[in-house]
Amino acid sequence: MRIELQKRANTSMLFSLLSPLLALALTLIAGAIMFGLLGKSPLNSLYIYFVEPLLDVWSLHELAIKAAPLILIAVGLSVCFRSNNWNIGAEGQFTIGAITGSILPVLNPEWHSPLILPLMLVMGMIGGALYAGIPALLKTRFNTNEILTSLMLVYIAQLFLDWLVRGPWRDPQGYNFPQTKSFQPEAVLPEILDSGRAHLGIVFALIAAVALWFMMRFMLKGFQVSVLGQSERAGRFAGFSARRMVWFSMLLSGSLAGLAGISEVSGSIGHVQPVISPGYGFTAIIVAFLGRLNPLGIIASGFVLALTYLGGEAAQLSLGISDKVSRVFQGLILFFVLSCDTLIHYRIRLIVNPSAAQEGKS
Amino acid sequence: MKKLIIALAATAAVLGGFAGSASAQEKKKICFIYVGSKTDGGWTQAHDIGRQALQKALDDKIETPFLESVPEGPDAERAIERMARSGCALIYTTSFGFMDATVKVAAKFPNVKFEHATGFKAAENLSTYNSRFYEGRYIQGQIAAKMSKKGVAGYIASFPIPEVVMGINAFELGAKSVNPEFKLKVVWANTWFDPGKEADAAKALIDQGVDILTQHTDTTAPMQVAAERGILAFGQASDMIAAGPKTQLTAIVDTWGAYYIKRTKAVLDGSWKSEQIWDGLKDGILTMAPYTNMPDDVKAMAEETEAKIKSGELHPFTGPINKQDGSEWLKAGEKAEDGVLLGMNFYIEGVDDKLPK
Amino acid sequence: MFEAILLTVITASTPLVIAALGELVTERSGVLNLGVEGMMIMGAVAAFATAQLTGSAYLGILGGIIGGGIFSLLFGFLTLTLVANQVATGLALTILGLGLSGQLGEAFVGMPGVRLQPIVIPLLSDIPFFGRVLFSQDLIFYMSVALVFGISWFLFKSRAGLKMRAIGDSHGSAHALGINVVRTRYLAVLFGGACAGLAGAQLSLVYTPQWVENMTAGRGWIALALVVFASWRPLRVLAGGYLFGAVGIGQLHAQLLAQSGGIAIPSQLLSALPYVATIVVLIIISHNRRTTLINTPASLGKPFVPDR
Repeated sequence: MRIELQKRANTSMLFSLLSPLLALALTLIAGAIMFGLLGKSPLNSLYIYFVEPLLDVWSLHELAIKAAPLILIAVGLSVCFRSNNWNIGAEGQFTIGAITGSILPVLNPEWHSPLILPLMLVMGMIGGALYAGIPALLKTRFNTNEILTSLMLVYIAQLFLDWLVRGPWRDPQGYNFPQTKSFQPEAVLPEILDSGRAHLGIVFALIAAVALWFMMRFMLKGFQVSVLGQSERAGRFAGFSARRMVWFSMLLSGSLAGLAGISEVSGSIGHVQPVISPGYGFTAIIVAFLGRLNPLGIIASGFVLALTYLGGEAAQLSLGISDKVSRVFQGLILFFVLSCDTLIHYRIRLIVNPSAAQEGKS
Repeated sequence: MKKLIIALAATAAVLGGFAGSASAQEKKKICFIYVGSKTDGGWTQAHDIGRQALQKALDDKIETPFLESVPEGPDAERAIERMARSGCALIYTTSFGFMDATVKVAAKFPNVKFEHATGFKAAENLSTYNSRFYEGRYIQGQIAAKMSKKGVAGYIASFPIPEVVMGINAFELGAKSVNPEFKLKVVWANTWFDPGKEADAAKALIDQGVDILTQHTDTTAPMQVAAERGILAFGQASDMIAAGPKTQLTAIVDTWGAYYIKRTKAVLDGSWKSEQIWDGLKDGILTMAPYTNMPDDVKAMAEETEAKIKSGELHPFTGPINKQDGSEWLKAGEKAEDGVLLGMNFYIEGVDDKLPK
Repeated sequence: MFEAILLTVITASTPLVIAALGELVTERSGVLNLGVEGMMIMGAVAAFATAQLTGSAYLGILGGIIGGGIFSLLFGFLTLTLVANQVATGLALTILGLGLSGQLGEAFVGMPGVRLQPIVIPLLSDIPFFGRVLFSQDLIFYMSVALVFGISWFLFKSRAGLKMRAIGDSHGSAHALGINVVRTRYLAVLFGGACAGLAGAQLSLVYTPQWVENMTAGRGWIALALVVFASWRPLRVLAGGYLFGAVGIGQLHAQLLAQSGGIAIPSQLLSALPYVATIVVLIIISHNRRTTLINTPASLGKPFVPDR
């Protein structure tokens, strides 16, 4: 018995919609089996994992907080990946954006002006963009592979942050512990509703996603991205510059990652410290592909992934399931979603008798 | 039809189990939030062993749910708030990086008690607690000075925070009380937890001529390297004798259990108050692993020092002590204030390192 | 002292070299598997558990290879049979591997490990200096050297290697020539997983004979970077791996020497050196656009479905 794929003439609209549902069904079955084997009530476990986090208002806020940086980074990356530029260093750009964005409140803690917040956000975007500009420069100038340089720059950015908060930026009143002073109220990203602590970060993420969707769908730039991504040669014939596209996509994704960085520090943490991200920049790569590199799809996948984090926590607390089990479950969910997407482009046939298939071929 | 009834019954049973989770509410929830995995073999595992001791001691009165591997970034506040909302009576946040998140959540939930490890921000319903690890390090320094032939020990440090700097100084003070010429070499591994890097740091120190190792990182890798190279070493956070039966001299063992039991009882009987607690050897919040692989006279010295520290007769940071540059820090007989120790960012004389600023 | 430092460098570099070599073969066949970290940690836990339960470090090595190999087949099934996206599947594989290894290894935390003993090669080990450094090593080190030359020969001298490179460069043409693309890629993915597993085994049996969660601590990512760094050539993987290891160990010694000289260098700066060095060297060697293009597998990461 073997599995055979047949390419569909057109991508299946039906399965574009059905595939996530199928993945959900598989996830529920696998989850029920897994929780059952661990001696937990399957239904109750799944309820706690997937439903409970959606019932409380505060929890919805937390979902938005968690999803915001993932979406913001992932939509930028989608443009990169579509144009065949492999920026996998968004984590570093996030970190540098957080640092450059924090320069004003850290160095001028007494500056109480409504101007400070917009300036911080802009500086964060510039910082992230400039940091993504390094691999872009190396790629266009020296033909250096951006996968490697952007990844190495992540480690460098994290060590730089570490040095800053343990050294020059350390709060002098903080017993020499590695963190800066808390930001002044004017430098904190405001919350959007009174009912919870979700801040403007999620708004930025949604705006960015819709804007990039519009660009990819209706603007010449979007067309350039797709053409150059499919074939650099075809792009050249059309008069598009691959070199400019490197710069465009890297700076764009870098600035969005930087914006995510400063939003996270200013909105969720309130000061700078050695650890500011649980790996958002890397998780966002998965989010980008789960969303099929479509900005609107990324909104959905960002929320789904955020839900698996919240659900994992709820399951740990209510069921005593270890953090590792939630991570295994998260991995399984991703596998199901990825493999079900196959159905959009392919028909799957199970071939029971291989020799018969061989005959059919000849 | 029969099948349908069975299916319905099964569903009911499952749903019943689901509703049943509320019936355990009689017991008070004492909750823990960990920065690492509960089986990390180091810092977090020590706290989890403390949690288990607590559960065992008050099994009929409490339950002790926990969240592990919570990163010290934006996720911390959500995790702590989730605990507060789930009905925890007391929440232990067991890493320095949870400080501001704990402060924020504590302000929102005045009826829940919070205790934050190793921090310095307190509130009406928020205590801080810490352990005087330096007491153990002083004893280790004394043993090192007795046992080292070369008069140089190696120190694998994680990050230059006051806790680590204090430990380095205490070790050197203990060593100098035995051998005034004793030197200490420090390597910054820039990690709490990476067995490979810790092993590399241990090897580098040994290759640079130290013959005793001590560590302020989490895994047993340095102990293994010491065993392999045939030198002596001290364990950290837990008794690491299994990794070096012929190598470990002693270890500082974090025994949070005693503390957790004491404070939880206070919550149960209503006597809990917000305090800034810094317990030491005498309170049982840290203990010394058995003194092994050393002659009897060294063992006797170590035991005597331990007894003196417990009785309060000896405070490791007692003058005269000079700073690294030779300037006076403490006059003869003067004891260091806790506040200064908790924010320590300078070396004392004899440490062969420049403190990264 | 120099000899001891060199030994330390070899131990630190070997897992990077082995994992990178495996990934190199996978990528030469046109498949990009970003799950090296996940396969490596699965290899580490499988090796440790096998060695613990059987008492034999050699069976442990086997366990690591099998553990990493089986885990890679999961990736193979998704990306080759179901043509799921390779980048995302690889990353998901890492998430799954870190969780699963932690769960499986829970019982082994804190146990003293079984160390893989060195094999001293008679006569050769008597050569001054080199004898002790190169010929008194453990089996995994010898395997790493054999892999470098074996893979070089396979890729550039053997027929099967030629076919594999043809697939990596253009799976369409290779298929048209009658080469079984999917089967070859399965084998290449399996080989990559087995190598990552072997690298993991080196961590839990040689480098630090113990099991702790996340003990790979990002080494899988470094291995991935090394493949690109080496522009898909095995000998350069060896050079790159050792360069990375040497700078990492060197910075620790630099710290100690600077201290004795009374100089304060931020340790973060020194810790960043291996990464900076990698970028700098890459800039130098990638300057020549033509050689890079020749070596890069053209169909890397692109899905393939045999049409019929």
